[in-house]
Amino acid sequence: MRNEKTTEEVAHSIRARVFEHTIRNNGGYLSQACSAAEQLAFLYNEALNLGPSTMPMVPPPFSGVPSAGNAGYVTGAGYNGPFDAVHDRLFIAPAHYALVAYACLIEVGRMAPEGLEMFNKDGSSVEMIGAEHSPGMEVHNGTLGIGLSTAAGLAWGRKRLGHTGRVCVFMSDGEVQEGQTWEAVQAAAHHGIDNLWAIMDVNRQQCDGAMDDVMTVGDIATKFRDFGAVVAECDAHDLKAMRAAAATPHPGRPLIVLAHSRPTQGMESLMSRFPRLHYVRFKSEEERARMNTEIAAELGIAPVVLEAH
Amino acid sequence: MEMVNRPYATAFEAYATQHPEVLCLSADLTSSCEVDGFRDRHPGQFLSLGMAEQNMLSFAGGLGLAGFRPFLHSFGVFLYRRPYDQLMASIAYPRRNVRLMGFLPGVTTPGGMTHQAIEDISVMRTIPNMTVLEAGDATEVESIVAEADTVDGPVYCRILRGAVPRLFTSPLKIGQMRVLSEGTDVLVVTSGITTEEAIRARGALARAGVSVRHLHLNTLKPFDAAQIVDHAASVRHGVVTLENHLITGGIGSMVAEALAEAGLARRLIRLGLQDTYAHGGSRPYLMTYYGMDALALVRAVECLTGQATGIDHDALDAVRIDAVHSLVKAEAL
Repeated sequence: MRNEKTTEEVAHSIRARVFEHTIRNNGGYLSQACSAAEQLAFLYNEALNLGPSTMPMVPPPFSGVPSAGNAGYVTGAGYNGPFDAVHDRLFIAPAHYALVAYACLIEVGRMAPEGLEMFNKDGSSVEMIGAEHSPGMEVHNGTLGIGLSTAAGLAWGRKRLGHTGRVCVFMSDGEVQEGQTWEAVQAAAHHGIDNLWAIMDVNRQQCDGAMDDVMTVGDIATKFRDFGAVVAECDAHDLKAMRAAAATPHPGRPLIVLAHSRPTQGMESLMSRFPRLHYVRFKSEEERARMNTEIAAELGIAPVVLEAH
Repeated sequence: MEMVNRPYATAFEAYATQHPEVLCLSADLTSSCEVDGFRDRHPGQFLSLGMAEQNMLSFAGGLGLAGFRPFLHSFGVFLYRRPYDQLMASIAYPRRNVRLMGFLPGVTTPGGMTHQAIEDISVMRTIPNMTVLEAGDATEVESIVAEADTVDGPVYCRILRGAVPRLFTSPLKIGQMRVLSEGTDVLVVTSGITTEEAIRARGALARAGVSVRHLHLNTLKPFDAAQIVDHAASVRHGVVTLENHLITGGIGSMVAEALAEAGLARRLIRLGLQDTYAHGGSRPYLMTYYGMDALALVRAVECLTGQATGIDHDALDAVRIDAVHSLVKAEAL
């Protein structure tokens, strides 16, 4: 299934939608839209082989967690299309990117814009930290570092079953601080799991601030190669380079695409908050109004019309 | 008493080879968990995940998502202490059909604190969607493989390895506790290796004129509280639980919860590790040192009845050799 928009248009619209949402709600995971817009647009709009959504355009309300008594339980993965042998599967490993992922679902026509109005509302499935039952999600990844392992297991199983569809993980670079990420790479390499690939948003930011201040991780490309992965690198805002990186052959090994991004790409005004970018909450109405004007101008859109308080 | 050598190895191979969607996973404890023969004979059904339990648990969750039913083999402690987060997020929450085979429960290992799963029941039974089973003899080890695999959702099993006594002739059935004797003075509730201790104690107590009602549990979650309450109501003096585990969170706690919720007033003595770690040593030494053996059970029963029995070590040893076998056979459970 291919969208009618270009991937560049999808990426731009993701930024605009997350910006509007953040201004309206006086907070949001805005920087993640800056760094990851092209990556998610690329995955949904061209890189992944996804079937049409099997879920309603307006997400159903929360309908209970998995339990023996909840027979009707489904995950949000239906927004990515049907589970069959030929289509790809996607895990959003850093689940706090959910806002950006939801915006992407809207831009590629898999979710209605009204879905985002349910974001972080009580009783909604459109949760702030993407849950299994949230649109586009298939597993819980709110605890960072478990996504790649789960994907490796799924990919091994799909290979055994003869599926041609691949398993892709959208990752964040902070996850390399977790030991499990390295356990996952070594296991995927050891078992020759080459229907598995990941694209990692290397924005060099984490909750406490810049990664170099919080915990230095060194040369992660070399580290991934040493653990057995094939690594390709690209500018996260250069789609041509991203296409080339994702096309890197990786027989017998998982592929990790390191997408080097800027946490303020497209919204340079956010640099005034650096390095506190993980969750943007405006400190004052003045800052909110200024960001509204400045970022809207950068994005080439009209400022969000805020209701008077 | 018949001793069965490596019942898990035989039972797992027999079952897994008939079920291709069953996978054998190991984290560098393959021979220690008796699946080395399976690995060698069925390499296509075996996955070595190395010393990396966090990855193994999430990986198993992914295999479950793909429709497989992985059996994870490791020492019990290694399946939940370090990878607890992965157990929750990748296996328990999404109800993956992952079977966690925890070897060396409680003090069955001389490996000390790092190797002794003394709070695993407590941890596992609080996890939503989890089923918790414990094998108490060779027959239950043999039957736990297929029985665990009938569960829709994750299962944690306490497994005995090596030479295991055969106490029972009928297989383990989830949710069916074994009523080993139907006395009227004291109710004794045991599971795992403590059942054999209680059988020894029971023989001596019977000679001393104490009538014991003895229940063996193999299904710890779901827990049949109603049946426990019925049995407790039918004895005169009270209840003793004896477990190869901390007394908090395990069988002792489950029985206490059941009695309290039913509003049934019975004295309860909980035997097992009393808010303490164990240390490295032989199983008989540890069970005696920490008050988890047959003699400790006799003393607890005396406490409830208020009457000394005169039973000592020699009396218990005599029971073990002479009476246990015939007693078990007679009950044919």
